[in-house]
Order: sequence, then C-alpha cells, then structure tokens
Amino acid sequence: MTALLEAPATPEPPATAAPTRRGGRTTVLTVGLLAALLLLALLSAGIGAYEIPLGDVLASVQHRMGLGGHALDRTAESVLWNIRLPRVVLAVLVGASLGCAGALMQGVFGNPLAEPGVIGISAGAAVGAVGAIALGLTFLGNWTVTVCAFVAGLATVLLVYAMSRSGGRTEVVTLILTGIAVNAFAGALIGLFIFFADNAQITQITFWQLGSLAQATWPKVLAVLPCALLGLAVAPFHSRRLDLLALGERPARHLGVDVERLRIALILVVALLTAAAVAVAGIITFVGLLVPHLLRMANGPGHRFLVPGSALGGAVVLAAGDLAARTAAAPAELPLGVLTGLLGSPFFFWLLRRTRRKQGGWA
Amino acid sequence: MTSTGPVASTAPETSTAPVASTAPATSVAPVTSVASTTSVASMAFVRLRALLPRRRTRALPSPAARGELVAEARGLRVALGGRAVLDGVGIGVRAGEVLALVGPNGAGKSTLLAALAADLAPSAGEVRIGGRPAGDWAAGELALRRAVLPQAAALSFPFPVAEVVRMGRAPWAGTGREDEDEAAVALAMAATEVEAFAGRPFSALSGGERARVALARVLAQRTGLLLLDEPTAALDLRHQELVLRVCRERAAAGDAVVVVLHDLGLAAAHADRVAVLHGGRIAADGPPSEVLDAEVLSRVYRQPVEVFPHPRTGVPLVVPIRATPSLKPDNSPSLTRS
Repeated sequence: MTALLEAPATPEPPATAAPTRRGGRTTVLTVGLLAALLLLALLSAGIGAYEIPLGDVLASVQHRMGLGGHALDRTAESVLWNIRLPRVVLAVLVGASLGCAGALMQGVFGNPLAEPGVIGISAGAAVGAVGAIALGLTFLGNWTVTVCAFVAGLATVLLVYAMSRSGGRTEVVTLILTGIAVNAFAGALIGLFIFFADNAQITQITFWQLGSLAQATWPKVLAVLPCALLGLAVAPFHSRRLDLLALGERPARHLGVDVERLRIALILVVALLTAAAVAVAGIITFVGLLVPHLLRMANGPGHRFLVPGSALGGAVVLAAGDLAARTAAAPAELPLGVLTGLLGSPFFFWLLRRTRRKQGGWA
Repeated sequence: MTSTGPVASTAPETSTAPVASTAPATSVAPVTSVASTTSVASMAFVRLRALLPRRRTRALPSPAARGELVAEARGLRVALGGRAVLDGVGIGVRAGEVLALVGPNGAGKSTLLAALAADLAPSAGEVRIGGRPAGDWAAGELALRRAVLPQAAALSFPFPVAEVVRMGRAPWAGTGREDEDEAAVALAMAATEVEAFAGRPFSALSGGERARVALARVLAQRTGLLLLDEPTAALDLRHQELVLRVCRERAAAGDAVVVVLHDLGLAAAHADRVAVLHGGRIAADGPPSEVLDAEVLSRVYRQPVEVFPHPRTGVPLVVPIRATPSLKPDNSPSLTRS
C-alpha cells in the first residue's frame, strides 16, 4: 500500500514491493479472464443460425435453476439446451484442459516450447481415439474413446519424455525433433486406421481430426468431465514444486522436491487433460502454447498463477475460437483446429525465432 | 553483516511453534527497515496459513555443536560411466569450519561434493549426513540440513531475482521457521550484493550476477551444512573475497561450509582446512599452512609451483614457477630467431 502512495521517482525496496504489485496484477487478470469467459459463454449461447436474445438466455438459465425467469418457446429452448450450451461447456472444458496441460508440460520439461500438440501428445492420443472409432470399439460405452485416447496419450508422453531428455535437461532441438518423429509416426498410424475404416467412419474421423466441437452433446460432456476435472483439480497443487523445478532437477531435489514423484504425477495429469480434450474435440493445437506464454509475459513465470490461469485463459481462447469458427463463415463452419492452427503457427514461429536469438543458435 | 547464524540455529531447538516465532523476531530488528513494506495482507496470510493443518510434520534439525561431525564420507567409492571417479575417500566435515576442496580438473572435487550432498549413490563405502546414512533421509528432510550451490546456475523461466532467492526458503514452508523467510531472503541478498537487481529477471543477468543470485538462494536456505561448488568461478576480485568472507561468517556462526575452489590463494587465506584431491583420492588434508606444500602441489597439478608466506600476513602464497624470458636476457635470441 505504501509503495503505491510513494512518488514513483524514489526506488522502492524491490524485494518486498514486487510480490504486492504482482498480487494486484494477478487479481486483475483473474477477474478479467473470468469476466471474459462469462461474456463469451453468454454470447456463444445466443449467437448462431437461430438467434436467441441475451435476455432470453439469462431468463432460461434462471428458470432451469429455479431462480425465477421463464422458459422459452420449444425451438429456442431446445436449441439453447441441446445444441448451444453443451457446446459452450465443452469448449470451456477442452480449452481449460489444453491450456493447463500446456503450462504443466512446459514446467515439467523446463522448456517453453513444450506443448501437447507440438511434441506429439495430441497426435498420440488421437491414435487411440481414431483406433477406437475405426475398430468400432465400445467396450466401455461412452468412455471408450476417452479411455483409448488416455492410454495412447500416456504412452506417447512417456515416450517423448524418455527420448528427449539427457542429463536431466531437455534441449529445445531434441524436443522439437522428437515431436516431429512422434507426429509422423502417429500420423502414419492414423492413416492406417483410415485405410481400414469404412466411409461413414472416415467422415467421422476426418471431421474430428481437423478439430471441432460441432458434435457436442451432453453425453460427450459427461464422457470428458471426470478426466478434465480431475486433472484441473490436481494440477494447482504442484505449482510450488514446478517453480523449484525451473532451477533444474538437482537443485529442486536440494530444496526438498521429490522430483521423480512430481514428474510421474504431472505426466499422468498432462496425459489425462490432453486425452480429455482430444477425445471429444480432435486435435486442437497451439492453445497450450499460446496461453501460458501470454500469461507469463503478463504476470511472470510463477506457476501458482500460471497453472490455474492457463486453464482459465485456455477456456477463454477456445470459447472465443469456437464462436468465431461457427460465425465467421456462416452458414458454413470452420474447423476449430484449423482456426487455432492458422493463428497459432505464426506465434510459434515468432517464439522459435525469439528462443533461437536468446540462445544464440541451436547448435 | 550481522551474524544471524547463531540465532537461526538456536531458535528451532524447541520445535514448538510459539517459541520459534518469537525468538527470531527480536534478532531481525535491523532487517525490518529493508523489509518494512511487507504488506499487512501478506502478514495476515502468513498467520492464516499457520492455522492450517501441516501436511507433514518433519523433525527440524537441531544445531550441531562446534566441531561436531555434520557430514562424513568413509571408504567412499563412486563410479561414473564405469570409471571410479572417487576411490577410498574418507573425509569429515565439522560444524564451524570452512573446508576447501582443491585439486586439478577431473580430480573428483565436484563428485565428492555431490556425494556429500546425497546426490550420488556410492558404489562402496558410505556417506552420513547429520549422523544418518545419506540415503535414509527423505528429500524434504535433507533440504533442512544441507544447501548446495551447483557449478552452473540455470533457470528455465525468467523468474525475478527476488523470487529465485525466495525459492531457497521452500523447504521451511509449513515449519516454525517459516517466519524467518523475509529476514533470511533480505540478509542473503544483502550479503551477496544482489539487492540492486532484485526486480530484474534472472535471465537478464550476467554470469557473475547469476552466480551471486544462486549463492543468495543457497544462503537463504539457512542450513547447517553448505556445499558450494566453485562459488567464485565467475566472480570478480571483490566478489570472490566477499563470497569467502560470507563462508567465514557462516562458519563462525556454527555452520559447516565445504567449498570447491580453484584459486589456491583463496583457499589458503580463508579455509580452516584444505583437502587436496588427486585422481579420485585425497592426497593431503589439513590446515592450509601444512597442506599447501610446494612438493605436493607440484606433483598433483603437474606444474612446478613455489609456496612462500605473504610478507605481511604470513598466509601461504602459491605461485607457478614460470620461465621468465624478460628477466633472462640471454634467452631472448631463441624467441626472436628467424
């Protein structure tokens, strides 16, 4: 408080002033993101081929919650509750999962370029999901695709982790090259599944491969909800240790972090979150890269804000992205994955250039 | 720098929270001017957190008496990549002394330090820390007993300097000594002269500045055993002296300090004891005046040296014997020929 009242010319003791200032910014960012998310959710619920005014959306939601309001006519009620809202909820869940997974993965690898899409985790999870679709597996009912995506995703994270590390560190080049190899292999497997699939399955697979939320239903929401919520709930508890891991593995251990256990826990969480997102929405890239980066620029690299903040930011980005995908080329619909890829790739390119400049080359 | 060591080490003797929180409060009075802007809110948060159930109750370390063995290696053998890097090393580290590890490149200094830090599992022999085999401690318990400065300071993300130093306090979270956090961070930053760039990101610092920030983090951890791997390597003359003075102060306050050094002059001037490593064994171990012997050093470093006392202080000076053409004019033709 005193720091704010002082004339800006006098340098304040930075050691103690910094957390206060940062605390204020954290609050502002959190409130801003929450407000943006709420606004986007309401807009998404109303905007579309069948317009529902904002007042009606609020009234219907109030009505269902037993807080007054009123029901809409049958078409509007059906559009809102069976088409729009599951899609909004799914966008929020998938976005939060991807954003959070990105932040965790960058922390675990100690590398700002790690992201489920870039290093092939999404593609790996997709292999499981496509396999389940192509082979017509239904052994776990609604959850079959999610579980297959999780198992394949987990196997991929472990593989990438084992392949890209040496001497307790992950070099950027090794990580990206490993990602290329994993993506290529996963792509080939998906191609193989498509080759053996029938026409109906191929349509389903291709559509889903481009990344889309168009097939959102409540059962789908339910199918990913446990995975996503579990992952999102567990992740913030590791924030403090992730901060310490930034010092490197040994120094983190010197500060009392059980590095092995932390790593295993977080890899499981990343696989869980990625699988949840991929199973329902297909491969949506760059959300997990873009969101943590922007937040790190805005509020520093501390994981206590970054991990939950990236979940929130991811939800905002995907809710906005899905709204744009539905409305930009109406009545046609852009695939969401294509949209995020279009916007995310240039950002990734810029990030690569910046990292390279900082390191003074890859060598 | 006021010696906070004794206070820090006596406070937790009774591990009941109220005592631990009142004892340091009186001692940090000179520091509060630095930390005066600590907001009321964060104080309230600390209070609130103290009410929450502790996740795990770890036994806080009791301070070692001066001269007590804090860590030791016995018959230590460490093999890395099939090669024995250390073989039959026995050494004890005592509270209240600065022990310098010196020796040529590849002699095993860093490996010995890593073994004493419980980073490496010995293939034979044993390492004890605080009287217990190193492998028996949990990571969280060890972190209350020893702090380690790695040779190269790295950081994956651009944390501000103040936050990096604060990371050193992580092991004490949830213990009675959590109350020392602010004072420990402020004192460590003052001791290493890094306050001027407390707000800058670590990645924007020069090599020497990074090394000092890393040292500040280690000092803030306030453990009874300090293991420093070449803390002076990247530093200028002033800060080399400063770092070893800090080591001396910590030892005077009752801590045990092990420091890997390349500069034999620094070792001679500041260490209580010097251990010379050579080919994975200890070639000599004792007070600098005995160990820094021209014959031993010439053999170990494969470089003829002469050792003579400083004319004023009497501290041994180690100087390589150099061919000095400028002093021997009759040698000059060989340099200028052709």
